[in-house]
Amino acid sequence: MAIKTYLLTCGGTGCVASHGTELYEALKKEITEQGAQSDAQVVRTGCFGFCEKGPIVKVLPDETFYVSVKPADAKEIVAEHVVKGRPVARLLYDKSQSHLNTKLEDVSFYQKQFRIVLRNCGVIDPEKIDEYIARDGYAALAKVLTEMTPDQVVDEIRKSGLRGRGGAGFPTWMKWKFSKDAPSAEKYVVCNADEGDPGAYMDRSTIEGDPHSILEAMAIAGRTIGAGKGVIYIRAEYPLAIEHLETAIKQAREYGLLGKDILGTGFDFDVELRLGAGAFVCGEETALLASTMGKRGMPIPRPPFPAVSGLWQKPTVINNVETYANVPVIILRGGDWFAKIGTPKSAGTKVFALTGKINNSGLIEVPMGITLREIIYDIGGGIRGGKKFKAVQTGGPSGGVITADYLDTPIDYEHLQALGSIMGSGGMIVMDEDDCMVDVARFYQEFCVDESCGKCAPCRIGTRTLLNLLEKIAAGQGTRGDLDKIREVGTAMQKAALCGLGQTAPNPVLSTMKYFEAEYAAHIDDKRCPAGKCKNLVTYEIDPAKCIGCTLCARKCPANTIAGERQKPHRIIQENCIKCGECLKACKFGAVSRR
Amino acid sequence: MAKLTLADLKKLREAKHAEMNPRDAAHKDVQIIVGMGTCGIAAEAKKTFDVLVDELDKAGLGNVAIRQTGCMGLCHSEPTVEVVVPGMPPVVYGKVDPDTARKIVNQHVVRKLLVNDHVYDKPAADIVRK
Repeated sequence: MAIKTYLLTCGGTGCVASHGTELYEALKKEITEQGAQSDAQVVRTGCFGFCEKGPIVKVLPDETFYVSVKPADAKEIVAEHVVKGRPVARLLYDKSQSHLNTKLEDVSFYQKQFRIVLRNCGVIDPEKIDEYIARDGYAALAKVLTEMTPDQVVDEIRKSGLRGRGGAGFPTWMKWKFSKDAPSAEKYVVCNADEGDPGAYMDRSTIEGDPHSILEAMAIAGRTIGAGKGVIYIRAEYPLAIEHLETAIKQAREYGLLGKDILGTGFDFDVELRLGAGAFVCGEETALLASTMGKRGMPIPRPPFPAVSGLWQKPTVINNVETYANVPVIILRGGDWFAKIGTPKSAGTKVFALTGKINNSGLIEVPMGITLREIIYDIGGGIRGGKKFKAVQTGGPSGGVITADYLDTPIDYEHLQALGSIMGSGGMIVMDEDDCMVDVARFYQEFCVDESCGKCAPCRIGTRTLLNLLEKIAAGQGTRGDLDKIREVGTAMQKAALCGLGQTAPNPVLSTMKYFEAEYAAHIDDKRCPAGKCKNLVTYEIDPAKCIGCTLCARKCPANTIAGERQKPHRIIQENCIKCGECLKACKFGAVSRR
Repeated sequence: MAKLTLADLKKLREAKHAEMNPRDAAHKDVQIIVGMGTCGIAAEAKKTFDVLVDELDKAGLGNVAIRQTGCMGLCHSEPTVEVVVPGMPPVVYGKVDPDTARKIVNQHVVRKLLVNDHVYDKPAADIVRK
């Protein structure tokens, strides 16, 4: 007899710690004792997230999800669920615990993620147009070409509440309407695929996994505003994404879904690629357009906005990859459907690249309004190594930190802004107690110094001034006056810089200063780095009373700066110490300490 | 391929839709889908892919389609492989090294038993019509 039921028990660290292994054994034993070996298999799995509610048992194929299961529950699960086919109600995950305000029948079970942008990623073969078409691909374009007027398209996008996913959250329908209404025989549709935040790879993955969704959305935008040409500006360091886009464009042309007379409707639209050299500022739309036109990538003051005067001074719709990827679904399922997902002011979903000190790093798509707690603990599986959560950085070099006090804040454009961070393109870097906030601010400031185009003084001089001050503080030479200076320069940059890069470059330092004032104070007043990151403020020492002279630390030390004879206490020669902390990690006797 | 008309597009969609859905009566075949985005490739998904092809050959399984796809979102457990066998729930495997790839063929596809310690959760329900 074939196996009918599969009992999946989580074998992740969190669940194992809460008696997951005993549960696994108990389930196996019960299956045998109740004579169900040929009906059911017990399987140990990787981490499911939800570690706080572990151990987890998931039953396939009916997708039942049990939480906080104890080994003693095994008997009932097997007797009721496996043998009689009735779920054990008291162990089911209670959906009312979720803070989501999304009430869609589609979200039928426990999962926190909702994939619109990533609907095809990890499902279709991105190099096969047929598979995209099989999943309703190009059906939205067909609908727009045959059943909708440009005004109706704009109206549908307006109803959906879709806002720019590149970071600032400008309503997409307004951009499209301005371009549509701008009188010009020549217009353009541009896709901003110049993703540059450290740790962010949402757009790369979307293009790699589903390139046709971008082409289809751009053609829809072209039809709506009256443009015949589209340009995708993508960084050259995304070779696989470029390859998949090139394949997709070729296939779409062969099928007549790009080019002349698309689907026999008389509509002409074609797309070409422009490869950027990877300058962060080219993610700013006016700099991106300048670079597309072969000029140096520098921003220009707005207005005029690209919607009126963009590429080659013609009306241009410019949207980010993720924004476009939403469009075909909005057209097919309707703006009202989309507007029901997320929060009233921030509709839909957001893709985040969840990285840093988190167990399940990865690409996630969640409805707007989800809390940070749900992202980190239910999806991300908590902090790596059981350490303490300290903060999460969103919005990259333009954003700020969100601390443990705000874990239950709903994630949407307004709430993040109120906290002094931004949605940004969707990088989300999780930090634990070992991360130093001064060091984090310094890292982002260094990035901004490198990436500032140098056109305007507030950014060119401001980023360098802030970096100098942060380096001074990290070196233990800072004063209280430096903090005032940072605030003064930062505020001036926010007001006076020409483009988004300079205006937001002070955010990481201002935000960490706001939420971690004590940590800055420790660096300045006590000349101490609580996280032990700032090398000038840290000393490693070996306690002679505890050291047994095993030589392990001396062998691990990359600077060869630990001296001592075998079986006698060792010591660190401080002049050559590079403060890497390898000795601390290596010592099995707790003899190495950090001060 | 000639340019499509609206009717062609619809026809193609329906034909391919049936082909991609293994639960459809006409197609009883097994599908193995390997995540080959940058994250997968960086974790040696290409090696996994080759081992899968090899092992299927050795086992003489001609009814298995092996496909590639983009990032499924489980970047912490790359390479990822989804296995769809008729009559079994679709399963996502993570951290599929060559050894696990061999087990997937010989245990999951042949003996219809899941492979321990590598099953992961599909991140979300599918919003595209079934």
